[in-house]
Amino acid sequence: MARASTAKPAKGAAKPTPAPASNRERPAEPVRYEASKDELMAFYREMLLIRRFEEKAGQLYGLGLIGGFCHLYIGQEAVAVGLQSALEVGKDSVITGYRDHGHMLAYGIAPKLIMAELTGREAGISRGKGGSMHMFSVEHKFYGGHGIVGAQVSLGTGLAFKHKYANDGGVAMAYFGDGASNQGQVYESFNMAELWKLPIIFVIENNQYAMGTSVNRSSAEDQLYKRGESFRIPGLQVDGMDVLAVRGAANTAVEWVRAGKGPILLELKTYRYRGHSMSDPAKYRSRDEVQAVRDKSDPIEHAKRDLEALGVTEADLKDLDKEIRKIVSEAADFAESSPEPGLAELYTDVLVDTY
Amino acid sequence: MSDITENPVETAEPTTRMNMIQAINSAMDVMMARDPDVIVMGEDVGYFGGVFRATAGLQKKYGKRRVFDTPITECGIIGVAVGMGAYGLRPVPEIQFADYIYPALDQLVSEAARLRYRSAGEFIAPMTVRSPFGGGIFGGQTHSQSPEGIFTHVSGVKTVIPSTPYDAKGLLIAAIEDNDPTIFFEPKRIYNGPFDGHYDRPARNWSAHPAGEVPEGYYRIPLGKANVVRAGQALTILCYGAMVHVVAATIEELGVDAEIIDLRTLVPLDIETIEASVKKTGRCMIVHEATRTSGFGAELSALVQERCFYHLEAPIERVTGFDTPYPHSLEWAYFPGPVRIAEALKKIMKE
Repeated sequence: MARASTAKPAKGAAKPTPAPASNRERPAEPVRYEASKDELMAFYREMLLIRRFEEKAGQLYGLGLIGGFCHLYIGQEAVAVGLQSALEVGKDSVITGYRDHGHMLAYGIAPKLIMAELTGREAGISRGKGGSMHMFSVEHKFYGGHGIVGAQVSLGTGLAFKHKYANDGGVAMAYFGDGASNQGQVYESFNMAELWKLPIIFVIENNQYAMGTSVNRSSAEDQLYKRGESFRIPGLQVDGMDVLAVRGAANTAVEWVRAGKGPILLELKTYRYRGHSMSDPAKYRSRDEVQAVRDKSDPIEHAKRDLEALGVTEADLKDLDKEIRKIVSEAADFAESSPEPGLAELYTDVLVDTY
Repeated sequence: MSDITENPVETAEPTTRMNMIQAINSAMDVMMARDPDVIVMGEDVGYFGGVFRATAGLQKKYGKRRVFDTPITECGIIGVAVGMGAYGLRPVPEIQFADYIYPALDQLVSEAARLRYRSAGEFIAPMTVRSPFGGGIFGGQTHSQSPEGIFTHVSGVKTVIPSTPYDAKGLLIAAIEDNDPTIFFEPKRIYNGPFDGHYDRPARNWSAHPAGEVPEGYYRIPLGKANVVRAGQALTILCYGAMVHVVAATIEELGVDAEIIDLRTLVPLDIETIEASVKKTGRCMIVHEATRTSGFGAELSALVQERCFYHLEAPIERVTGFDTPYPHSLEWAYFPGPVRIAEALKKIMKE
């Protein structure tokens, strides 16, 4: 952009009209959501629940109670909470990749069912057969939980097709990461979604690292919100560390999609504090980089400051933290004490019938 | 494991202790030094050195032009590698987990495997697709699979599966030098040490294993040559990858005089070694971790039956993964370990 066009116009002067990128209708620039105290408390609570849950999952992993792959959502809490607060559980469908614990918690799925899946127990939401990356809830219209990078984007497009087909008023929200945004099937899905004007919100959670490869080492166009442009899908870039900015963008997106204008793409700029998975020492970035984000941009601290400005006291928040810790600790106890699935479970749900 | 014959290191070259990851790294290092057309590419292989560290240090040594990160785009990675190979390069793409190879299946099956035939040999696709595979690490259904049977079913592509650091290096060098597309599946459960199938016992590393002694320089293990890991008279056991060690430990514990054949390459298959062994022992057992139906064991069983029918004293026995997706929980019930191998041994020796 030319420097002149960014200069503030003198008071009273007419704003210079930027040349329109196209004559197509575009969504309005999102506005930061003005939450009531109760609403912001609810967001804060959910973000805190996700953080404490993930911290506990990390501990259980360290103790050997969770095995294999486990991808924590710590640092990205504002994204799932802000976006899904604008959706209706059980009406709007949500689908995501392997870093799925946060999206489930933000959709009201019971922490103990998730934790028991992480520990591979019968009581887990996929009866222990899915594990951390593969969890589902029909009741909530949460469609997983997918381990193959980018595959869920096409599935989400199919969900959106059904919303339109059934005219049920629902929208699909399909999450994927900056890494997945380079998979071919993402663009095959974009094309179909716009062509058929499907009610879907594509969400790129840009935490800046695809496993160990940073966005600028893997993406020719690193402004990922533009990735839909050639399919005529409008894109918005959003501060994913500010739950109210996220919610504001969610409102814009939901309004656009529910109005039948077809898909929209949101790029949420966020950051994961932990490694890609539990086995990733994250040597591809510096400790200072991580610490700087924690210090300056933490989404929970951000919401906390906003709450304090609304008159919420430190003591109120301490009580809430206590309550959350109790919920998480009960989930962990449940997940540790539930039995493993019986051997017969190996052969169930492979096909309609056993064979 | 003193009664197991190991690969003799027939070279005067200096050797060093390596685990399988180091041996694979060394193979690529050796080949990149020898041949400027060798290119290493894949997700996280450059700057980060690979999620399993198999490409660690290579970018620093050979530069970003020859060792580089790709976006997460398996179909793209393999498609680009086909073009590179057709114009004379020798790409060694990594697919981070074998479970991620399916998006690339179209390029592998319809392009890489078929280019030579449809151009009557004018163009070839000399690539070696490295990919960690197999279970035993609680990877659940998207980080544990053994899809070798899909590739052995495709004419025009070779499939190689090493079981030791020594074999991994020699086979990988042979694969890279080979002018056909080769799928090189690395059993990730044994990257750091041979696994005997007893998941509840302490893990061992390669330092005590004879095949952990690996020449530092160049050597080849020819594709299509099996390794008789242990000579025996009672029965022949065909296996590959991690299962070689599970089988070896189990028959040692049970005191069975089995002849263990590590196939090393599935296509091309060393059927002569298999045939000679089964004709000698009269019994054949096949062990693989992949699912049973249409698994490579089915092909092996058919071949042995065709060639050794009148020598067989018992039906061929298969010990395999179950016909289910790879479970998250119940992993050790799925994994064809010592208990199931022992049961199959009982059955086949009773006949």
